[in-house]
Amino acid sequence: MAITRAEVLHVARLARLALTEEEIARFQEQLSAILEAVGKVDELDLSGVEPTAHPLELSNVWGADEPRPSIDVEEALANAPDREGSYFRVPPA
Amino acid sequence: MIDTLRLTAKEANALLTGGELSSDELFAAYRAAIDERDPDLNCFLHVCDESPGAGIPIALKDVIGTKGIPTTAGSKILEGYLPVYDATVTERCQARGLRTIGKTNMDEFAMGSSTENSAFGPTRNPWDPSRVPGGSSGGSTAAVAAGLAPWALGSDTGGSVKQPAALCGVVGLRPTYGTVSRYGIIAFASSLDQVGPVTKTVADCAFLYSVIAGRDPCDTTTVDLPHPVEIPEAEDLRGLRVGVPRELNEAEGIEPGVTESVQAAIELCRELGAEVGECELPRSVEYGLPCYYLIAPSEASSNLARYDGVRFGLRVSPDGIRAMYEETRDEGFGDEPKRRIMLGTYALSAGYYEAYYGQAQKVRTVIRQEFAAALERFDVLVSPTSPTVAFPLGAKTENPLAMYLSDVLAIPPNMAGLPGLSIPCGLSEGLPVGLQLIGPQFSENVLFRAGHALEQALAFDVVPPRLA
Repeated sequence: MAITRAEVLHVARLARLALTEEEIARFQEQLSAILEAVGKVDELDLSGVEPTAHPLELSNVWGADEPRPSIDVEEALANAPDREGSYFRVPPA
Repeated sequence: MIDTLRLTAKEANALLTGGELSSDELFAAYRAAIDERDPDLNCFLHVCDESPGAGIPIALKDVIGTKGIPTTAGSKILEGYLPVYDATVTERCQARGLRTIGKTNMDEFAMGSSTENSAFGPTRNPWDPSRVPGGSSGGSTAAVAAGLAPWALGSDTGGSVKQPAALCGVVGLRPTYGTVSRYGIIAFASSLDQVGPVTKTVADCAFLYSVIAGRDPCDTTTVDLPHPVEIPEAEDLRGLRVGVPRELNEAEGIEPGVTESVQAAIELCRELGAEVGECELPRSVEYGLPCYYLIAPSEASSNLARYDGVRFGLRVSPDGIRAMYEETRDEGFGDEPKRRIMLGTYALSAGYYEAYYGQAQKVRTVIRQEFAAALERFDVLVSPTSPTVAFPLGAKTENPLAMYLSDVLAIPPNMAGLPGLSIPCGLSEGLPVGLQLIGPQFSENVLFRAGHALEQALAFDVVPPRLA
């Protein structure tokens, strides 16, 4: 299944990736080849088969609803590229 | 003089408990081996000069969070990142006195099968430095093979412990999904990611698994082991039913030398007393790889959304927040993560979800059912771990699909959440061949028993001849 340049640009926008011209061309070609290969799953008639989201039979695993220590503000901000007081600072929208 | 090339973790520990060596002396011996050999191999992204603990060293894949020790997942986008907490597996190792000797190289975000996708240069195979160690845990498996650590932890999403273990001639376990905590592990594909041991022997593997396994309140997908880990001792396979799935053993692209070693190991199972029979996995092998390459990239596209330049990691800072996100991600991610983010975003996007992700989840059910049927008749299934021995650097970097095929045999059981053990079973053209042992969920003790008995009978020499 071939994907178009417009689709590559659309997906890059959804994924917040500013691709270069070279990347757009290369990914268009490579993604087309990969989609062709993985699209094979669509050959199977799986109507009536339940999907598997997770390999273990677990559901509704609850944690105790009790406060416990967590990382403090300084630790949370320790790797921040930029901060102001106790906030992460980013460029204006 | 300590021969770190040959010393197993069990032997290293015996030297400590017997008082023949101190923990510091042992640590120094492995540090010296790293200084001597790692400039050529590039197994480590970070080496620790000191590390708390009174036990033996361990190397940790750089996807595992280590408080105050750089953790990059092999990516430029996390260069300089210092975790503020330890992963649960890190804590559990430390609680047993294990000392972190360093963080090992890997394909960026564990995406790859050769460790060439690391942003910090490839790792080389200790058996032949012109070849790859496999991946994505290639730094961990090469470090153990080269005697730079007595053992290590890796992580396996679609074969990333098993396949590099095979290519480096060491033992690697991908545990049953849910038995090892993912808390503090940098996420790739959450329904598949699992941390596993890399060791020289099956007994060491069983021991290290016992250290890291078990329920963790911080990871709600974890469960307690239904039975304690048993360190294997038996040297026969009497009473064990060994299945040989035709499709996993006859898949296109398996090298003749690989088949030869694996066939010899299967014959050995018989000699050791196992009942050996054929079985089939008609759709699991044919559709396993396509299924994986829809599910894993889809989950990755979501998990990797957090790298946006706001809270940690790289920030490229032009004007405006949107440009900051897009430029940061374009500059910070390498080719393979970008490719997978694009693929996953596409597969999850409106209009394609049902045909791709939805359908892949149904294929996953089919794979589970096929393995369940085969494992009703057999205790263990065997196959090659990888279709090929270690390949030359650069051989597959231009063709992503060719690289993906490296895991065609390792992926199918992973989709079903099954454990898989890879042990070295021989050489082909002077390079190690890995045997994959697959069992039902929570059957690690059976895999250890079978792997240990085979290991004793095979007497594979884990030391690469060029280093001996």
